[in-house]
Amino acid sequence: MLIRRPTDIRSSEITPREVFLKRRELLRTGLLAGGLAMGGSAIAAVLPPERRAKLPDVVPGKFSTDETVNSYTDVTTYNNYYEFGTDKSDPFENSQEFESRPWTVKVDGHCEKTGIFDLEDFIQPYALEERIYRLRCVEAWSMVIPWVGVPLADIVRRHRPLSSAKYVVFETLLDPERMPGQRSRNLHWPYVEGLTIAEAVNPLSLLAVGVYGEVLPNQNGAPIRLVVPWKYGFKSIKGIVSMTFSENRPRTAWERAAPHEYGFYANVNPNVDHPRWSQARERRIGSTGESGLQSIFGAPKQETLMFNGYGEQVAHLYEGLDLRQNF
Amino acid sequence: MDVIRQIRFVWKPALFLLCLVPALLVVTDTLGIGGSLGANPIEEIQDRFGNWALRFILITLTVTPLRQLSGRNWLLRFRRMLGLFAFFYVLMHFLTWLVLDQGLLLSAIKEDIFERPFITLGFSAFVILSLMAATSTAGMRRRLGRNWQRLHNGIYLAAVLGVWHYWWQVKKDISEPLVYAVLLALLLGYRVWHHRTRAQHRTGQ
Repeated sequence: MLIRRPTDIRSSEITPREVFLKRRELLRTGLLAGGLAMGGSAIAAVLPPERRAKLPDVVPGKFSTDETVNSYTDVTTYNNYYEFGTDKSDPFENSQEFESRPWTVKVDGHCEKTGIFDLEDFIQPYALEERIYRLRCVEAWSMVIPWVGVPLADIVRRHRPLSSAKYVVFETLLDPERMPGQRSRNLHWPYVEGLTIAEAVNPLSLLAVGVYGEVLPNQNGAPIRLVVPWKYGFKSIKGIVSMTFSENRPRTAWERAAPHEYGFYANVNPNVDHPRWSQARERRIGSTGESGLQSIFGAPKQETLMFNGYGEQVAHLYEGLDLRQNF
Repeated sequence: MDVIRQIRFVWKPALFLLCLVPALLVVTDTLGIGGSLGANPIEEIQDRFGNWALRFILITLTVTPLRQLSGRNWLLRFRRMLGLFAFFYVLMHFLTWLVLDQGLLLSAIKEDIFERPFITLGFSAFVILSLMAATSTAGMRRRLGRNWQRLHNGIYLAAVLGVWHYWWQVKKDISEPLVYAVLLALLLGYRVWHHRTRAQHRTGQ
């Protein structure tokens, strides 16, 4: 697979600033002139602010699995999002008051196009894609989730990273008033995560703004979160407020909390156990789809796959790297 | 009805039923009657049994201090039943792990017990409590003589191992195991204090 380096983007491909600033106007006039003939696919991502609003013009994306998707209830009530509490039900229970709009994302560091962007502008002009990915938590459970989002690579490239940029670093909102979990010191706040540039521009990496064709619920990281399905879930940072192009590898939240247990790479790897538990197998949440006795007696654990089954897309990123050392 | 008969025929059966409530709730929630076990039912069952095992160990360890401080010796009559319920919930926790979580996969079970320290701790506590439960009858007590008390002092070790097992298992938020640890420290601390003051009385200091 050919992945163009960010520096390959010619300046002629980049929207001139004056056109960029008038884009809403252009879109409006375009719509008036062209009417319905324009078709849905030409309209870039629109994010309705209402909860559970249907996202318009979602196109099917690549890499989707055909495995059975978890129920909406599983995906939205069993979460790790320590900003809203440490129990699996806490994020759902404690995030209902959270207002995720207005929202801005700050882009800074080693790139040409820095600034503070309104959420919609940040993901414009890319079409929303549905990607059905496996999610493997470091706690040895997994789900299948239909995300909606835009490829991270597109957004990274648009900000034109300099050759000195080696990593993309993300931060979650820091606001203990609105995120009650941040009032305790379970982790060092704000939550920090990062990827190498090569990982960030890998076609699998997604910035999700929805699930199940709807706006992302608060407990899942509204309004915008990362999804990197070949890594343990904690890499997929939620509630992103900043994206920094950095020369240096960041100290990520879990690495900082327990460096011998959680590494920077955190690639799903059945051969490298967590110091306290095995990573060889995983429990698929709600795997029987039934309630009652069948859900507890008919749900054996399943084998965990290297890179969570995404080796074809990402294994080349780690050639020559000792994954036991760089866990 | 005298007090002893009242305890035997009213209070003990009542307490017995009360102690069964957490287990009954697991059954009804599994069947979806009035509640549910959430998205990860096996983990939920295992956690509930484990938590109740620790609670019953602590409740059992509260009987003696309560008896000594209040002078109500009849409290002792509930101790064995409470201890057996502690074992019952440990057993259910263990079986949930063995059958539902590990699916009786022997290689994984062996690896967990011998290579994962937090499981080694929990398993050791389970073995100690099993021996205590097996020797809890009056007949066994007579037969074992002085060794019976030695064996049954194992509750202190099992309690420490159990709390440690929980502490070591959580990912980051230790607030819940901390509550158990503090309560256990108080209960064990009381015994040290009581032992010392009694020794002082005996030597007339």
